[in-house]
Amino acid sequence: MDGLGGYVLRRLLFLPITLLIVSFATFYVTRWGPGDPISVYSGQYRDQEAFDRVRHKYGLDKPIVEQYGIWLKDVVLHGDFGVSFRFRDRSIPEIIGPKIWVSARLGLYAFILEFLIGIPVGVYAALKQGTWRDPFLISVFLFFQSIPVLVTVPILVLVFAEKLHWLPNGGFDGLFSKSMIIPTLAISLPGIAGIARLARVTTLETLREDFVRTARSKGLGEYTVVTRHVVRNSVVPVMTTVIGLSLVGLIEGAFFTETILGIPGIGRFTFESVNGRDYNVLLTIVLLITTLFVLANLAVDLVLAVVDPRIRINGGGK
Amino acid sequence: MTIDASASEALAAAEGYALGRSESLWGRAFRRLLRKRIAVGCLVVIAAFYTVGLAAPLIAPYGYSESNLDLSFHGPSVSHPFGTDRNGRDTLSRNIYAARTTVIVTLATVLAGSVVLPLTLGMVAGYRRGLIDAAINRVGEILASLPGLPMLVLINATLRPRVVRAIAHFEDGVHWHGLTSSGFADFFLIFSVLSLFGWVGYARLIRSQTLTLRGSEYVLAAEASGASTKRVLFTHILPNVMPLVIVSVSASLGAVAGSEIALTFLGVGIQPPHASFGALITDGSTAAVLRNHPQLLLVPAVVVASLIFAFNLLGDALNDVFTPRAQ
Repeated sequence: MDGLGGYVLRRLLFLPITLLIVSFATFYVTRWGPGDPISVYSGQYRDQEAFDRVRHKYGLDKPIVEQYGIWLKDVVLHGDFGVSFRFRDRSIPEIIGPKIWVSARLGLYAFILEFLIGIPVGVYAALKQGTWRDPFLISVFLFFQSIPVLVTVPILVLVFAEKLHWLPNGGFDGLFSKSMIIPTLAISLPGIAGIARLARVTTLETLREDFVRTARSKGLGEYTVVTRHVVRNSVVPVMTTVIGLSLVGLIEGAFFTETILGIPGIGRFTFESVNGRDYNVLLTIVLLITTLFVLANLAVDLVLAVVDPRIRINGGGK
Repeated sequence: MTIDASASEALAAAEGYALGRSESLWGRAFRRLLRKRIAVGCLVVIAAFYTVGLAAPLIAPYGYSESNLDLSFHGPSVSHPFGTDRNGRDTLSRNIYAARTTVIVTLATVLAGSVVLPLTLGMVAGYRRGLIDAAINRVGEILASLPGLPMLVLINATLRPRVVRAIAHFEDGVHWHGLTSSGFADFFLIFSVLSLFGWVGYARLIRSQTLTLRGSEYVLAAEASGASTKRVLFTHILPNVMPLVIVSVSASLGAVAGSEIALTFLGVGIQPPHASFGALITDGSTAAVLRNHPQLLLVPAVVVASLIFAFNLLGDALNDVFTPRAQ
């Protein structure tokens, strides 16, 4: 099978295999470690007989491989991801759905902000190459890219909440409130900087292309050259290649931002689930994120192949 | 780089040639690096940080866990330049020991995860192709598609007790104690997990470069004249992928330092009472401390930000030096 169709098909066929391996590895790692949810919730002083009974009820006393078999069968045949040990009597989609919705809205803000600010600033820096503005902007980008989110968040809180009292110092009360400003800013800063740097480099490369010289020599104004010829040819690759990366950054950023600021999103929830050994919830989250990553990467490859036919999709060559 | 600089460089090279001295790729790259003032500044910052970290027990005025509850949350003074924390521990000393943690973790992880693993796997995959290549690629693809941070937290959280137990067992076996209390288990876990997830991207870079080199004329010539695989890999391909390794190392240093801090912040990295910037930032970012003793956050925050900034600036400079086209 050659060509784009075959490639997509092969990548998609590989997804279930990836998920299978990932789910098994995650399953094994989580359950292999000492401490299970029942012992976490029953505390130090417990009735051994009752403890064993509950473990047996959830099948936690079986060998791990057998537990995995049962879990896999339920998922494949019934679409049932198991029970949450922390929140009994509620299905997993029901529990994580609202958390994802919170994080997704936060992430969407940050995502839009990244491209809206990152690309123009990067193009501007490229156009000012040779003046002081270009190296200055690069250093600023690099600086913002260097600060870990878990440093940015407390500093923003310190300045804007504790000292200036402009913004609340945490919490979450809807999408259109002041409490969204600090988390959005903190999550998107590294992304803005990364996108700006990439936009700058691609713009610089595009400026050297023959078609730009042609555009200039036929008398087009600098503005038209930049917007019509340069930006269009440099921005598209930037957009497509970094969507996947920016997704990773957003998810990791959400982890810290939500934990520090007390936002009830999926990042904070994942961390709580690790500590509570909430196996099934964790597994579902990991599989969800894995699927998201694989699909995002595939989408990026596809868009690139369509936009730029020079890229050979099979990774072939000599 | 200005025309002037490259002209003088060409002149210097010509002089060297005339005197019978030829300059290696590395010598030239290093000289080019030293000409960049920013890069030199970064080198100084990084060197200072690593010296402080390595010499922590000699430099720090107090121990990292030396507490004095009478001095809880004291402001800056002569004996404690940056004040003390909740337990009356010296902030300056805690930061110096945190630097030691960062130094150990970055050195070990970068060596394994951005040099040894990517080089071997990337070169083998690129040169041998076939089944090995496919296997390495698939494993890499799976690792790359895993959500990094949650996985790191998960693995560290669940495996730590096992590693601690294994180390205690080992200590009993050799009758030599002190490994457990030194926090070796935490270092070991962070190091292995970060290397396991870190090699993929760099291995891909090296693989594709090896792939290109494999088709080049001088490699074909070497093969045609009967050079062994080992010889081709080590004398013909390795020197030409080394610039990539240098760039990867400088790119990963900041990331590794950041990851250790992140893991510790989430409670699965370096465990108390050992010092780490992650722990210092956690302690400094609770609302009450932030409001009343902001220096407890600002000191580690400034150190971490400047260190990672220096790593990244240096990485950029190295990138320019080795791939001059990308300026």
